Amino acid sequence: MDKMPKWADVVLIPLISVVLALLVSGLVVAIIGESPWRAMQIMVRGAFGSAYGWGYTLYYATNFIFTGLAVAVAFHARLFNIGGEGQAALGGLGVAVILLAVDWPHWSLALAAAMGFAMLFAAAWAALPAYLQAKRGSHIVITTIMFNYIASALLVYLLVNVFRVEGSMSPESASFAAATHLPSAADFAGGLGFRGSTPLNISIFLALIACVLVWLLIWRTRLGYEIRAFGHSETAAVYAGINPTKIIMITMLISGALAGMMAINVVMGEAERLVLDFVEGAGFVGIAVALMGRSHPVGVVLAALLFGALYQGGAELQFEMPAISREMIVVIQALVILFTGALDNMVRMPVQQIFLSLRRRAAQAQNSPEA
Amino acid sequence: MSDAPAIELRGISKAFGPVQANRDISLSVARGTIHGIVGENGAGKSTLMSILYGFYKADRGEIWINGAPTQIPDSQAAIRAGIGMVHQHFKLVENFTVLENVILGAEDGAMLRPSLAKARKLLGDLSEEYGLKVDPDAVIEDLSVGHQQRVEILKQLYRHADILILDEPTGVLTPAEADQLFRILERLRAEGKTIILITHKLREIMEITDTVSVMRRGEMTNTVKTAETSPAELAEMMVGRKVLLQVDKTQAQPGEVVLKVENLRVLRGGVERLKGVSFEIRRGEILGIAGVAGNGQTELLEVLGGMITAQGGTVQLFGAPLDITGRMANGQTRRAMGIGHVPEDRQTEGLIMPFEAWENVAFGYHADPKFRAGALMDNAAIKADCADKMARYDVRPPNPRLPARNFSGGNQQKIVVAREMDRAPDLLLVGQPTRGVDIGAIEFIHKQIIALRDQGKAILLVSVELDEIMGLSDRIAVMFDGQIMGERLPQDTDQNALGLLMAGVTEGAA
Repeated sequence: MDKMPKWADVVLIPLISVVLALLVSGLVVAIIGESPWRAMQIMVRGAFGSAYGWGYTLYYATNFIFTGLAVAVAFHARLFNIGGEGQAALGGLGVAVILLAVDWPHWSLALAAAMGFAMLFAAAWAALPAYLQAKRGSHIVITTIMFNYIASALLVYLLVNVFRVEGSMSPESASFAAATHLPSAADFAGGLGFRGSTPLNISIFLALIACVLVWLLIWRTRLGYEIRAFGHSETAAVYAGINPTKIIMITMLISGALAGMMAINVVMGEAERLVLDFVEGAGFVGIAVALMGRSHPVGVVLAALLFGALYQGGAELQFEMPAISREMIVVIQALVILFTGALDNMVRMPVQQIFLSLRRRAAQAQNSPEA
Repeated sequence: MSDAPAIELRGISKAFGPVQANRDISLSVARGTIHGIVGENGAGKSTLMSILYGFYKADRGEIWINGAPTQIPDSQAAIRAGIGMVHQHFKLVENFTVLENVILGAEDGAMLRPSLAKARKLLGDLSEEYGLKVDPDAVIEDLSVGHQQRVEILKQLYRHADILILDEPTGVLTPAEADQLFRILERLRAEGKTIILITHKLREIMEITDTVSVMRRGEMTNTVKTAETSPAELAEMMVGRKVLLQVDKTQAQPGEVVLKVENLRVLRGGVERLKGVSFEIRRGEILGIAGVAGNGQTELLEVLGGMITAQGGTVQLFGAPLDITGRMANGQTRRAMGIGHVPEDRQTEGLIMPFEAWENVAFGYHADPKFRAGALMDNAAIKADCADKMARYDVRPPNPRLPARNFSGGNQQKIVVAREMDRAPDLLLVGQPTRGVDIGAIEFIHKQIIALRDQGKAILLVSVELDEIMGLSDRIAVMFDGQIMGERLPQDTDQNALGLLMAGVTEGAA
């Protein structure tokens, strides 16, 4: 049957969804008795109004690109990996293990090793649910979400009992050696106004490279072809000689590794030590980012930017409007997730109808002169 | 009761977007007759019946039932107007009894017991009146397909249907079961019921209907008395040109043995689907496997195609053992060995429907070195290959960028056939090559299969269409309940003899 043009699907519908979400958010703000217009201004200014704001927005976006890509890759194999949270946590563990264990001479070597360990640990954490799905048929949604809790408990245990610095009261590891600190935006883009306090670091380039690699993987390699084929029809995949177990395992390993890469940005690039709950929900935001980005790297980048801005702008809003609590910010973020993810069809159906009727009218106009 | 026609359609039109599914269709069916509707896939038969049954609303036109204009906005209204529909795929609750299925949606109150008691009585009367014998307490999943269909018909009669629409009712039946169905339909006609039979089998039209309408491209092109027409004439009306109903082929010249299957056993879901199947196929030969769907043919194709593993037996390709249990039993290695496979279901197996045509042309052969460019896939080479195949196999429209689901059934099948046959495999496995394919494409696909045979290739043909088996095969093996009941030569047998074998009746028992 007829469909609407691609640009409407990719750009118009998410845009309408976001606008709707912001309208409803504005309504909520108005109910509290604050001006939605001013709130909006504060959020936009907070996210994009200064190098400081940009630094945080892009820093958050970097996290969401990694977790969004993780979910997107799994989506292509019709695997719903909602374990990004736990996989990222394990990635952080991998980073801490290797950075604390070895005396690194230079950050570039440390980065390579930390990436390897982050991806290894996170992929291993994804491998167990993947194996249970492939071999035992345990649904991956159930197992990955349970693994999030196990990861969280594991990290608490390790931070309290293994990594905690002698005499310290806080559940966090020792700080990493200065030689392992990643160049921050102040170092490589100080000319743009980034200061030493910015959390933005070179991980953002890794995130963009990951986007290109994921695009190549999904649309240009044989493995990506097999992943997509499997995602559309398992029976057909078996017919073509594609091994479902292999695809489930490899896809989840890649997905987990991508989620783990988020720890490079946070643990190695920003905190420079392993702290409790450093993932802060980025694994779940990744689901919304992948949904909104239509599981395409370009879409993921744009959606990640939006959510980065919401995080940073929301923090500013909370600061400047005392009536708006942290919970309110969560409500606004949740509304965006709701409208772009869950309520996608609510916007899609009417838009599709409009395009269909427009096209029919155009077709009739074309036919009538001949008739 | 007046002499008004049971159904009269006046100027029915229905468009889906730019596609005109039904264009100004008028039809009149007299009470107490069986009216056939034939047409190729996509000719608009299903749309027309869906309008009559209230699934779709017509853009224009009127429906008159028994001489009165009638609005049918939904299927409830259709039932009230006395219209009943028996779908191709039964809508029965598998783990309910016959009685429970019959009253489903027509219960009298919140409590079931009175409804069931009433239904039991009525069902007994109906069974008696129309010769539709079914045990009311049997559970649906224990019944044969033929009996399940009777339950569907009883369901409609229980709802006081005077007009029955049957959509491809014989697709899942043995010839004997189809015969029984026709006897029931004759009985219903004798009792004054009106029946509309949608089918693509011209033989059935000729056998049972009083009048027949032909649909083509959304229009009703002809309505004729069945007694005054012929299958060839109907086929020509359906396609719009002369069609070869018989396949032209020369005598087979069988050569060396290509495939030798011995005592093959396959378990699936704890049930033994193949119970020791043995046969061989030679070069330049088509072995047809006849049988009612679900008697092990699917498993036979899947195990030979590497989709599932076997639990016993041996398979040899050119005398060398073929792995049917281990790691090498998969579609990739089978293709590398020169085994092509046109699967039974192109929509769930043979094609990835959202993939564009060119991506589908590489499907299963995507590991081929000629489709590789370094670490990546050589998409340009695949697209070129696709364009070339589309031209030679007459796929319309010849657009490699169109997703598979946007092609018609026949053209989808041509994409699969092109992919699997163009490499001239030594052994070709073909399942239901023309299911849901229009007559023009059927003719083309049949010619391709014969041409491959004439190149000296071995072909295993599985089809539930006896006409197709009879027309194409050089030898026919009949499967029933996971076993081969016997082999016949097409020239020495007929549909009735095969039908008995398909029902599991061997000469000794008959």
